[in-house]
Amino acid sequence: MEIFGIPTQALFGQLLIGLINGSFYALLSLGLAVIFGLLNIINFTHGAQYMMGAFVAYLLLNKLEIGYWWSLALAPVVVGITGVIIERLMLSKLYKLDHLYGLLLTFGLGLIIQGLFRNEFGSSGQPYPIPEQLQGGQNLGFMFLPNYRAWVIGVSLVVCLGTWYVMERTKLGSYLRAATENPSLVQAFGVNVPRMITLTYGFGVGLAALGGVMAAPIYQVSPQMGADLIIVVFAVVVIGGMGSILGSILTGFGLGLVEGLTKVFYPEASNTVIFVIMAIVLLIKPAGLFGTQK
Amino acid sequence: MMKRTLLSTLVSGALALTATAAHAQVSDGVIKIGVMNDMSGLYADISGMGSVIAAKLAVEDFGAEKKGMKVEIVSADHQNKPDIGSSIARKWFDTDKVDAIFDVPTSSVALAVNDVAREKGKAHINSGAATSDLTGKNCSPNTIHFTYDTWMLANGTGSAIVKTGGDTWFFLTSDYAFGHALERDTEAVVLKSGGKVLGKVRHPLNSQDFSSFLLQAQASKAKIIGLANAGGDTQNAIKQASEFGIGKGGQNLAGLLVFLPDVHSLGLAKAQGLIFTETFYWDMNDQTRAWTKRFAAQSGGKYPSMVQAGVYGSVIHYLKAIEAAKTDDGTKVVAKMKELPTDDVLFGKGSIRADGRALHPAYLVEVKKPSESKGPYDYYKIRATIPADQAFRPMDQGGCPMVAKK
Repeated sequence: MEIFGIPTQALFGQLLIGLINGSFYALLSLGLAVIFGLLNIINFTHGAQYMMGAFVAYLLLNKLEIGYWWSLALAPVVVGITGVIIERLMLSKLYKLDHLYGLLLTFGLGLIIQGLFRNEFGSSGQPYPIPEQLQGGQNLGFMFLPNYRAWVIGVSLVVCLGTWYVMERTKLGSYLRAATENPSLVQAFGVNVPRMITLTYGFGVGLAALGGVMAAPIYQVSPQMGADLIIVVFAVVVIGGMGSILGSILTGFGLGLVEGLTKVFYPEASNTVIFVIMAIVLLIKPAGLFGTQK
Repeated sequence: MMKRTLLSTLVSGALALTATAAHAQVSDGVIKIGVMNDMSGLYADISGMGSVIAAKLAVEDFGAEKKGMKVEIVSADHQNKPDIGSSIARKWFDTDKVDAIFDVPTSSVALAVNDVAREKGKAHINSGAATSDLTGKNCSPNTIHFTYDTWMLANGTGSAIVKTGGDTWFFLTSDYAFGHALERDTEAVVLKSGGKVLGKVRHPLNSQDFSSFLLQAQASKAKIIGLANAGGDTQNAIKQASEFGIGKGGQNLAGLLVFLPDVHSLGLAKAQGLIFTETFYWDMNDQTRAWTKRFAAQSGGKYPSMVQAGVYGSVIHYLKAIEAAKTDDGTKVVAKMKELPTDDVLFGKGSIRADGRALHPAYLVEVKKPSESKGPYDYYKIRATIPADQAFRPMDQGGCPMVAKK
């Protein structure tokens, strides 16, 4: 497996890694974009909900001996339900107000949730094993690709494209988009708009939780895992254009690649490069690469 | 940022409310101890509230109340940011009448607090930070570095690994004062023992994904990948290294700074076989076991890291020095601490050198296989004990201006 050394091949490996990280960015920014697009809420709780997804998987495994595959389905549902409760009890009161209120509320909630988990589980993280079927890896010649990482790319692509398809190409999607443009008119056609919005929030939150379950075997399951990621993901959403679904997917993967390359050429800057790009994009195209000026 | 909010959390305990005869020389009648560390981030389990518990146990065991000394403990979260750390230190010294700051993990913050303590003539008794510069070029008459340092880690772990055949190295280094110091000190040991360094890569503090760096390490074909990082960073690197088949490819990891909570968090299956250096392990003797039991009762079952143990040892010694010097003036107490021999149940008998370095033995440990572990936190085999006089950097090599003058 030692065919490294040749720079172009090493580069290939780094690009692939970038793509893997990009798939997490895409998955998370997708949820944010869906929520912002339809609810006009900047969901700062997203990082905490991603972390909750990972913890639900961890708890299912350790308390109930329910493994990874079931967690993939259960964790998003469980966390999605908590999202629905939050939306009904709190967020729904804020739609008519400025963005800032939603941002502050979700930001505060995120901190509270994170604090509660830290109080309960400590800060150093809990182990979560890679499911048996996905252990090991493939030697691609230019790098050793763990099977689990390949799986992450696959799932993320399927989920992202599926969501994009539903939003842009189906009747349900057209209802959702119409409801954001003119809720009262859509309601007049007999569509239960508040319920649709609630479920959309639950879905967006579920996507975050799915990301959390996917991340659990790679990263330590720790209370601050979401906080570390969420800032980057927000940058991704801003670069892609707030609320643009396709934009957030493409930007997620794209920035993963850019970050991967930075880790080769100038690793010290790898956690800054995305923000540099964000600053440049905002200067040139304030609505983001795929956004439309409202 | 979203994580680590935290306003300075003032926890604490007026532990000796009933004291009658306060020492005449103790400023405003109260000895106020500030425990400053990471309460919410990646080093919170290594230091955090556990260090506050350790400080309380120390005050209790010292018998401050019986001796008529009034001791108060406050704590704060420096969020691993030097600017926050130094502003808390200034506030503590200037308005809150704190006499000494303890713990202070995260080398960059420790160096900042080091300067503030020196400027204000107060005491800075460090347990949590690693950089050997605290007793080297940044040494101060107000600072004691108690538990461990990068030179000790490098010397203990680095030379042991080179001796067993790991003579080519690649460093994964955390990109701030601590990582740089650890990498520098380890590199020196590797070169001195006849090894070679094939490459290094510096990653930002608090990185989630190490795969890119691990690929670079893999490509270097070095026998040993030295992890010059700590806490969550080390855990993620170890976890992901096994995912990328690094052990199977004939390369080994050397965790240069690994703490007990890290091993607990990784699980023995992932951590087994890791070799590193510590100055305290709970399962050394009856005294350490008894103390750990008391600690765990207050920490929700968590066992202490060497940093937390170091807070205990250093608080005891600090109070002893105040008792002997009959003052809580920072500079005078630190001088007294260097005069007196150290002696506590966790670190045993030791001493503190003129440059502020506390000396006690260090232990080269190996993480047990899951099958060897008999109970909770039964994680280490002690491979070697490095005596106190060899464990730390000789004073004349540190470049501490204070001792060079003499």
